[in-house]
Amino acid sequence: MNIDSFLLMRHEILLLAIVLLLIVAEIFINQNKKGSIVHLAIFLFGIHTIVGFFAIDESSLFGGMFRTNGLIHFFKNILNIGVLVLLLQSADWLQEKIVQHNRGTEFFILMFSSLLGMYFMISSGDFLMFYLGLELSTLPVAALAAFETTKRISSESGIKLILSAALASGVSLFGISLLYATTGSIYFNDIIEVITSTNLSILGLVLFFAGLAFKISLVPFHFWTADVYEGAPISIASYLSVISKGAAVFILMILLFTVLKPLMHIWENMVYIIAIATMFIGNLFALRQQNMKRFLAFSSIAQAGFILLGIIEGNQLGVTTVVYFVLIYVFSNLAAFGVVQAISLQTGKENMNDYEGLYRTNPKLSLVMMLALFSLAGIPPVAGFFGKFFLFTAAASKGYYLLVFLAVVNVTISLYYYLLVIRAMFLRQSDHAIPFFKNKLYMRLGLIITVLGILILGLYSPLYDYIFELSSNFN
Amino acid sequence: MDILSLFIIVPVITILVLIFAKGLKQSRIISLVGSIFQFGMAINLVFAYFKERAVNDAIMVFTKDVVWFKQFNIHYSIGVDGISVALLLLTTIVVLAGVFISWKMKDLPKEFFVSLIVLSIGVYGFFISIDLFTMFVFFEIAVIPMYLLIGIWGTGPREYSAMKLTLMLMGASAVLLVGILGIYFNSNADGGPLTFNILEIAQVNIPFEVQKLFFPLTFIGFAVIGALFPFHTWSPDGHASAPTAVSMLHAGVLMKLGGYGVFRVAMYLLPEGALHWSWFFIILAAIGVVYGAFAALKQTDLKYINAYSSVSHLGLVLFALLMLNKTAWNGAILQSLSHGFMTALFFALIGMIYGRTHTRDVTKLGGLLKVIPFISVIYVIAGLASLGLPGFSGFVAEMNIFVGAFQHDDIFYRVLTILSVSAIVITAVYILRVVGIMLMGPVKNEAFLSLPKVTWYEKFGILLLLIPIVGMGVAPLWLSNMILESLQPFIQGVL
Repeated sequence: MNIDSFLLMRHEILLLAIVLLLIVAEIFINQNKKGSIVHLAIFLFGIHTIVGFFAIDESSLFGGMFRTNGLIHFFKNILNIGVLVLLLQSADWLQEKIVQHNRGTEFFILMFSSLLGMYFMISSGDFLMFYLGLELSTLPVAALAAFETTKRISSESGIKLILSAALASGVSLFGISLLYATTGSIYFNDIIEVITSTNLSILGLVLFFAGLAFKISLVPFHFWTADVYEGAPISIASYLSVISKGAAVFILMILLFTVLKPLMHIWENMVYIIAIATMFIGNLFALRQQNMKRFLAFSSIAQAGFILLGIIEGNQLGVTTVVYFVLIYVFSNLAAFGVVQAISLQTGKENMNDYEGLYRTNPKLSLVMMLALFSLAGIPPVAGFFGKFFLFTAAASKGYYLLVFLAVVNVTISLYYYLLVIRAMFLRQSDHAIPFFKNKLYMRLGLIITVLGILILGLYSPLYDYIFELSSNFN
Repeated sequence: MDILSLFIIVPVITILVLIFAKGLKQSRIISLVGSIFQFGMAINLVFAYFKERAVNDAIMVFTKDVVWFKQFNIHYSIGVDGISVALLLLTTIVVLAGVFISWKMKDLPKEFFVSLIVLSIGVYGFFISIDLFTMFVFFEIAVIPMYLLIGIWGTGPREYSAMKLTLMLMGASAVLLVGILGIYFNSNADGGPLTFNILEIAQVNIPFEVQKLFFPLTFIGFAVIGALFPFHTWSPDGHASAPTAVSMLHAGVLMKLGGYGVFRVAMYLLPEGALHWSWFFIILAAIGVVYGAFAALKQTDLKYINAYSSVSHLGLVLFALLMLNKTAWNGAILQSLSHGFMTALFFALIGMIYGRTHTRDVTKLGGLLKVIPFISVIYVIAGLASLGLPGFSGFVAEMNIFVGAFQHDDIFYRVLTILSVSAIVITAVYILRVVGIMLMGPVKNEAFLSLPKVTWYEKFGILLLLIPIVGMGVAPLWLSNMILESLQPFIQGVL
């Protein structure tokens, strides 16, 4: 083990360094300028994001516990960009509500630790590392969800999250131990060699899958989602629905496509049924939501159902379409949450009715929201359309036309409720419309990045080719 | 820059300029300049097409092909034949007329024109695409602005109508997506690569079982926007609630996407499927023809009358396409064009009448010929064209359709043809009834005596639409030849 091999862990080490730096920085920060911790954290994370883009070799460390390759590296960058945008969008909220109570540093430490956990989770080469990463990524988020201590609903959301997450990871761990029992190893590379389709290994697969399904909030493991999103601060809800979900989808896909590939005939059916259930339940529940956070919660459940259409393909095409979709989903969902955040911060309003007449008072914000919703609904020429179309292509390539048909029915259902928000913003006029306000610099930056992402990612096809090349070892 | 991509680029530039416009005056001038330029391009395209056709006998001319997503073999692939050239010309004319008619759009004018132009981009792109993916993208781009256009600037139950229209059309396009994916994944049936290119897929012998499965999906996906019975219900509500220019564009152009798509994609790529299913869909189309006409008979709202009349006329397009012979096809395309001009003109006139009298209820109007003679006379002319009077475009189209349809030697098809012909009579009844009640007779309302005169921009809008109607009626041959020539690959492929 030498210094070069540590460079492979560049993401992790840098992020750890930032966490430590922030702890030290808090000691030295002037009490009259508490807010500077936010600037510092965003600055450091920005640098971290940029550094992350330098190319990295494919290799593994610690006897195969930690591995990295182009695709994993790329996915970490997606998560980085997501978190950076999220920090930009929540900077004002932090300044106003959190930093004043001397809790700004905690926020960043918790969030970055959770992100660190995700790095380890998606880089894991064995189930031990995977489990450690899973826990590290979940526990801090529970603390973050309960961050607005003055609100009862926020603590409730924290408790709900921690309890269900603990249960989920327990179930997952049980599944892992069963897999260990059948194969005699926790290393992915070893398991691939010996795993066969026995009752015990299938049970292990199912339990393991259930644990991760909690994190992705697939039906029937979705019950925590709406309540937690509603109670948690918006930036945390957005973190849960974008970053946390994205990382979990990624590792689930990697494991299903490599380690558990010999059991594909089993999980194919499982994914098929869960995909249908998730799409329908997510979409049908979203129809009646009034609170924007609950609304986006159910919408993100439905989106997870669409992602399964890519996973069911099981090969390079599946990997590419899922990663591509997640990338686009990060931008679209962050844009939607960003607008909700901006409005909630200015006025404290979070209901769909409050958005009536928004276009006449805040046209730019409404347009951002419209683009985000169109992208989530999958309407060209914004990026979401391409993401979804390719997911459907992936499922159709395996001959799952019925599944694709049910998915497109769901796209139409989802269009209805996305249009409800657009109806409120554009079609309605209201005397109590939210008055004009100007966003601060960070928020504006956060929204502009997402809008650029939504507009460009779909039309710019070399990106898709790039991801396709990265995932070539799944062929 | 090639001559076809300009049809996308010019509107995009217009939109970019529009973003910086302030107020109604700037917005409408910019849109006007943009659409006049577009119109000029379309005229230029017609001449260029004739010139090119003389030396080039490929199926599509002015083709251009850029690889887009190479993993899926998706291309930005464009080209035109006579049919698409004619439809492009129709679109530019209706858009230009629409801008004239919206000259006094007070509420959020900039947004209105932007949405209108986005819609037109979708339509242009759809007509020039020869790649299924690109075509589908443009199809959806054309549909979604309708939600805002009807929802924001509409009248009556606008939220309901806008939602209904959008969901039905997007639902149809979702079904269409499955059909397209089905075609795509069977495009390697002869051992070639998977492709979205229409011309390449047409050379492939897709297995009959597959065609049987995917033809209905593709057909319905397109036919919903062509108001196929029983999926036509979005159309009357949508048209009645939409503002004038949007009704014009929608009935005049957007609904033509249906017939074009059915012809170019569903029937051309899945000919055996078409043969297998034609008996079923032709029943639906014939019902649409007759039902639309009867429904129009019972309406009193001018816009509803015209909307149901559109259902009837466009039912004829699908009906003729499914007859699977050359003359009927020629008639179907001509009917698409003729109906496009006619119905746009109708909606423009209805908008003018409504703008002056503030009612669209036929029973409350009367004697308009005395107070607004110009509009009334044009209304009569449009009505006569619509009921198929010789000398106007409607006659040429319907003549072709029925002559073609009657050549079908199956008795079942002949019976349906006879039924559909009867719709012409009913058309005459509802048109003349409206003319009688609304235009003739005594002036029913004192306020009508002082209605404002027709303005110059309204005249421009009307004439733009009227000239092609008369032109097509008097000299249909050049257009008809252009279309017949382009039908050749279909005849080889389908029949």
